[in-house]
Amino acid sequence: MTPVQRTVTRTVAALIGMYFFAFALVPLYDVFCQVTGLNGKAANQPRAMSNEGVDTSRYVTVQFITRSSKGLPWELDVMTRQLRVHPGQPTEVEFAFTNKSDSASWGRTVPSVTPSEASLHMRKLTCFCFQEQRIEGGQRVAMPLVFQLTRDLPSEINTVTLVYTLYPVENKDNVSQQVQRTWREGGDA
Amino acid sequence: MAPKLPPQHPLEHSTATTAGQAHEHDDHHHYGGPGGIKRWLLTTNHKEIGSLYLIFSLSMFFIGGIFALVVRAELFQPGLQLVQPEFFNQMTTMHGLIMVFGAVMPAFVGLANWMIPLQVGAPDMALPRLNNFSFWLLPVAFGLLLSTLFMPGGAPNFGWTFYAPLSTDYGPPSTTFFIFSLHIAGISSILGAINIIATILNMRAPGMRMMDMPLFVWTWLITAFLLIAVMPVLAGVITMMLMDINFGTSFFDAGGGGDPVLFQHLFWFFGHPEVYIMILPAFGIVSAIVPTFARKPLFGYASMVYATASIAILSFLVWVHHMFVVGLPLAAELFFMYTTMLIAVPTGVKVFNWVTTLFRGSITFETPMLFSLAFIVMFTIGGFSGLMLAIVPADFQYHDTYFVVAHFHYVLVPGAIFAIIAGVYYWLPKWTGHYPDERLGRWHFWLSVIGVNLTFFPMHFSGLAGMPRRIPDYALQFADFNMVSSLGGFLFGASQLLFVAVLIKCVRGGEKAPAKAWEGAEDLEWSVPSPAPLHTFETPPDMTSQAPQRH
Repeated sequence: MTPVQRTVTRTVAALIGMYFFAFALVPLYDVFCQVTGLNGKAANQPRAMSNEGVDTSRYVTVQFITRSSKGLPWELDVMTRQLRVHPGQPTEVEFAFTNKSDSASWGRTVPSVTPSEASLHMRKLTCFCFQEQRIEGGQRVAMPLVFQLTRDLPSEINTVTLVYTLYPVENKDNVSQQVQRTWREGGDA
Repeated sequence: MAPKLPPQHPLEHSTATTAGQAHEHDDHHHYGGPGGIKRWLLTTNHKEIGSLYLIFSLSMFFIGGIFALVVRAELFQPGLQLVQPEFFNQMTTMHGLIMVFGAVMPAFVGLANWMIPLQVGAPDMALPRLNNFSFWLLPVAFGLLLSTLFMPGGAPNFGWTFYAPLSTDYGPPSTTFFIFSLHIAGISSILGAINIIATILNMRAPGMRMMDMPLFVWTWLITAFLLIAVMPVLAGVITMMLMDINFGTSFFDAGGGGDPVLFQHLFWFFGHPEVYIMILPAFGIVSAIVPTFARKPLFGYASMVYATASIAILSFLVWVHHMFVVGLPLAAELFFMYTTMLIAVPTGVKVFNWVTTLFRGSITFETPMLFSLAFIVMFTIGGFSGLMLAIVPADFQYHDTYFVVAHFHYVLVPGAIFAIIAGVYYWLPKWTGHYPDERLGRWHFWLSVIGVNLTFFPMHFSGLAGMPRRIPDYALQFADFNMVSSLGGFLFGASQLLFVAVLIKCVRGGEKAPAKAWEGAEDLEWSVPSPAPLHTFETPPDMTSQAPQRH
């Protein structure tokens, strides 16, 4: 191998390595975010209630913001836009999904926690955001979120904002294994 | 890779062996290949390919410049006068893409093609056929990119940073063509970088150690490594975009479990080294010109090399300063703020070395020197506004305002572009055998300096006052600043026509230049005749006997 060929082989190897490194960064980023809670990614699985007691000496304001996105004719409302909770206190909040079209469709909500440091301290016992949902045309469905802020929430955090954004999901009506519907049905919109 | 790649074009080789070294100095036309257009399509000569790159880059500079002038014309007055917002967005996007990937990067590759073999005493680039291929990919890439302007839905309109989901969910149908053209342009840069690394590491004249290389060679070597490291990341990002748009994946789609912020991380992991790719070779050019016209050796050669390497390494640790407002923990903001500020140290070393080279020098102010001195002053202004932007709480205010536009145009226009122009004026006698017209050159310089500052200096103020980027209309209080910016923009654009006039005049004739065209020029390229014959250094110069140049 001539010296030029050796240089070229090494640079091409580095190139290929960097190309795959770029793709490897995608899962690495997810793991990094989950471990550190960066980016406000809360856990996507229900977690058990922690029984460490309620810290009544402290109040934290929890705000809810809901957003629709393109391509899904749904509306998401929260019954309580803002509330004050004690760390450690489990709290239930009702959300209402409305399908404003005539036909049934599938969607899911993606949560985000701000400030992102709070996401590690946000325990969701029940959340509509854990599953994809199917809503009939014109139907209005109420679904609960039960959450608990852990007592070790950093003391400088006084307000936690949860954002839920609606996204469309491909029609899954033909998939035999449907997500089990655990929420309570509401009246028609 | 062909294992038996000949170092030169076979036809040229046979001529070269018969013509030999003796004819090299009096016969500039011992070219034996095909004539006409085929000569340029098939050329493997580093000088011809270098010229092709430079001509291509100049034409892209004017196309991108016309897009910028559409933007400036629309912003001349508040309100919508000339173009619709959709087209305005296409113009800002295409201006950025064309200038970054089509003008600045190919110009540096063109200068590298011309000068690196001459400066290291090599007969050609290490991989001449690959060199031809990497050039001819560029017209394909940018032909494709420009063709999106005529497609239904128009050209890309999401800014040169093509943030997802603006580009994936909300982009025009032509986005797929944009991705393809960027892939091709990226392959071209990567192949160019491989070639430059192979040339510098393997083809140096006997006896030339790494620390004997001119700084232009050094800065390009480091730039080429940056290209190797980050262009594949860009290729990966746009491949993910392509799959998100066309194949239903969700890399950047939150609805499918992806993350739009991931796009920004990946893009700026490429993007920040990319901005140094556009400035490091400029440092090399200025480090050649300043000692020449100060008639003193460069002060602190070794520190220049180490400073360049430090900037390159630090460039991988600062990308988040482009996204301070996405919502980051305090620790991350502090880390990236300090690493960003740290870059000012090696950059300061460079500016200090240039100024110290000038100190007690016997300075003359020919056009290349004028552009280099303007580079030092105005690049430093851009560096200072960069330091301001590095301060996280201040960045929250400056983010996405015209202050950012002012900052990066100061480092790119009087930075990268002025250095390229300086390099062209400096090496034109070597390329054409004639000195560029000094009187026209001075007019070009002064009009450019006035134009650049009129255009971009008021943007600092309109930005600090809160004018957002990428908006075709603006509040009335920004009207005066914008009018001045627009007038300056048209002055700068028009004065570049003088540059073309100088180039044409210089190619056609002018005062004859000797081999050593500038009194203080010491590098190896000045030992070959002017104009440089088609083939140089077929017998490598022996550097072992030469007195150490720089220590």
